[in-house]
Amino acid sequence: MPNVQFQLNGAATAVDADPDQMLLDVLRGRLGVTGVHFGCGAGECGACYVMVGDRAVASCDMPMWSVAGKDVVTLEGLGTAEQPHPLQRAFITEQAMQCGYCVSGILISAAALLKRNPSPTEAEVRAALDRNLCRCGSHNRIVRAVLRAASEIAAS
Amino acid sequence: MTAASPAPKLPVSLAANPRLSSWVNFPGKGRVAISPGKVEIGQGIVTALAQVAADELDVEITRIEMIRASTATSPNEGVTSGSLSIQQSGRALRHACAEVRQRFLAAASERLGVDASLLSVEDGTISGPGNVRTSYWELAGDVSLDHDATAGATAKSAAERAVAGHSIQRVDIPDKVFARPRFIHDRALPGQLHGRVLRPDVSGAKLIALDETDARAVSGLVAIVREGSFAGVVADSEAAAEAALKILRKTATWSAGEALPDEDDLAGFLRSQPVETTVIDTRTATTQKAARTLRRQYTRPYIAHGSIAPSCAMAQWDGDRVHVWTHSQGVYLLRADLAIVLKLPAEDIVVEHMEGAGCYGHNAADDVALDAVLLAKAAGDRPVRVQWSRHDEMSHAPFGAAMAIEIEADLDADDEITGWRHAIWSNGHAARPGRATQPALLAATEIANPYPRMISTNPAPANGGGGDRNSVPLYDFPAWTITSHRLLTMPVRTSALRTLGAQGNVFAIESLLDEIAALRSEDPIEFRLRHLRDERAKDVIRAAARRARWKPQKRAGIGHGVGFARYKNMGAYCAAIAEIEGDDDIRVKRLTLAVDVGEAINPDGVINQIEGGAIQATSWVLKERVRFDRTRITSTSWTDYPILGFSEVPVVDVEIIQRPEIESVGAGEAAHGPVTAAIANAVYDCLGVRVRDLPITRDKIIAAMELAS
Repeated sequence: MPNVQFQLNGAATAVDADPDQMLLDVLRGRLGVTGVHFGCGAGECGACYVMVGDRAVASCDMPMWSVAGKDVVTLEGLGTAEQPHPLQRAFITEQAMQCGYCVSGILISAAALLKRNPSPTEAEVRAALDRNLCRCGSHNRIVRAVLRAASEIAAS
Repeated sequence: MTAASPAPKLPVSLAANPRLSSWVNFPGKGRVAISPGKVEIGQGIVTALAQVAADELDVEITRIEMIRASTATSPNEGVTSGSLSIQQSGRALRHACAEVRQRFLAAASERLGVDASLLSVEDGTISGPGNVRTSYWELAGDVSLDHDATAGATAKSAAERAVAGHSIQRVDIPDKVFARPRFIHDRALPGQLHGRVLRPDVSGAKLIALDETDARAVSGLVAIVREGSFAGVVADSEAAAEAALKILRKTATWSAGEALPDEDDLAGFLRSQPVETTVIDTRTATTQKAARTLRRQYTRPYIAHGSIAPSCAMAQWDGDRVHVWTHSQGVYLLRADLAIVLKLPAEDIVVEHMEGAGCYGHNAADDVALDAVLLAKAAGDRPVRVQWSRHDEMSHAPFGAAMAIEIEADLDADDEITGWRHAIWSNGHAARPGRATQPALLAATEIANPYPRMISTNPAPANGGGGDRNSVPLYDFPAWTITSHRLLTMPVRTSALRTLGAQGNVFAIESLLDEIAALRSEDPIEFRLRHLRDERAKDVIRAAARRARWKPQKRAGIGHGVGFARYKNMGAYCAAIAEIEGDDDIRVKRLTLAVDVGEAINPDGVINQIEGGAIQATSWVLKERVRFDRTRITSTSWTDYPILGFSEVPVVDVEIIQRPEIESVGAGEAAHGPVTAAIANAVYDCLGVRVRDLPITRDKIIAAMELAS
């Protein structure tokens, strides 16, 4: 099996993997990264999003051959309780979830958006999150939290 | 201590599980362990229950550890459903903690030589005059909680509570934003293997033949399990299990299945099946000759749970004993069904809860637990984790039942209602495990000596009913007859989905009320208020109307509608006003809701539940419908079963009418019925057509317009 090298949450990572295996399987099954969630396996729900550059990408639909050399960020790489990302702080402040299963992918979509566009409008936030499904109906809290994080970043 | 007004009898859950130590423990210095029988299903219940305990014990909430339910240790509180957790578990905990506090005060009084009435508790430290002090933890060795609760303890009054009634942050959210494993999906057990189950596409098909040869060659495969029509694989990784399953699927031969109904004529199907008929309620009045009778039929389709995570479970055998990890809503009920299938004494099975993704009723959580147990038999003493595919989740999990509802309203010459007949045709809305002599689990219908598929039944009207939930009007019509026809066939598997029949019934009642108010040229809010006697009901309607500035000026392309219900006619009151934009399509722009749950223990938690319920209901109304052809479910992906997205979600504005003096009821299911009706009524206000067949899509609007013209 070829050795695939990439950056995972800022750390150089090498893993022997079938080039056609999906990144999600490798992250969860081989590397123990549980901040990426399986939802549909078809790139339709966003629960498994990782950030590659400034884009949110479905890791269930990203074969390992395409990961080589990329800079991949999962929820684990966003921040920690000690040093939270403004989005993580804002999601706690806004209590922006019910079950929270989809939130790992939504935080990634939001982080990628803020990289591309640090001061999005509400409509831009909604458009950026449109590929992330939430079944509990926490959408509006989530949008508020993203806007809060954006204004916090702008103020800092 | 003199009890001012001791509880006359124990709360239901505490009476069933009276041992204080099963609810409350002091496991170590500065720590409090609270062990409810209800489980977190994404609704924030563990936080609200921690608030109740913090208040009664006078400890900081950060000291409290909420213990996950397990049949090994927890009180048996049945199932976490029906918006009953705050009512049942909350009351039990409040009373149990009050008694625990009282027992500690008695022990402290003895140790310190100070009368208990002079002692106070602050964050677990008990102190009294003369600067004497001790604590729960110092006294823990002297105070046994292995006693049954008595009816004598007095809980604090609403005014004395410091934590309940406030919006504190949920205890589970930090884990979820910092990627700390909390979901069952993320909590790997040491030495764990992975299982997958082979299920037919065709409904009810039996497995006739299976060629295992090629699948056996998959690297990492541990076992192929086949028992009757139940077949699955166990492997050392998820990828290997899925690879083996994919090969196995190609070699499987299935029998023909059972015929499914015509998805475009659900009412015709529902009204043609053998049924059990129950008269739910009647009210009689001196017969008045009706000037005319309006007869209307309303339908709703089958609706999928559609949790974002597919169901998942783990199981591990130890000789003849088995340990199961599950996100089931009822660990004891699941255990009872497992005991039937496995022919084991219940004591040999431990079922332990772990959080899953959002749960909106009886989904596949219980089914996958039996799958894991059966596959783990082939894994020796190693645990096996099984996760369903999205496809199976959308096709094999139970659905919320389709409904056809016919209402006849007798009107006098002034179009006032003189009689009301409401009839429901629907499958039952509950086929949960643990309540019958036969199991309700999917694999139990597939194993070598299969059990029949359990036909869904309805909870008794006294418990809120099922298909008939919310079918008895809260309005003061002079006469009515409410009839429920429960189907005795069940080609599409149904069980409990959020609100059971209430969404359909409230949609029907509130739509027809709106129509009659319009006939009379009477404001629909005035019309409702005029027919209600319950002041709390009127208050939520008035509050929603005030908040939405009812009734806004008529504008082209914009419509407003109202809906109201008291969930189960004994739970939360909720009124909703919808503002929609409509042309060919409907866009719900704003929902304004007022809700009364009695004492809102965590007001933000209540708002979160109402917001979530309102948005989920909007999704049901505008988009959702389980699709099938005559042999199989076809809506097996998010493309085929779309739900409301971020760009389509309305503004949701919620007002809580806080009533600290009234016992709490749950909030999770209050919004669905009122929001459904409010949107349908707003569609009429906007477009002048009544759509009585959910979901309200472009096609349905066109069909309704054609019918009207």
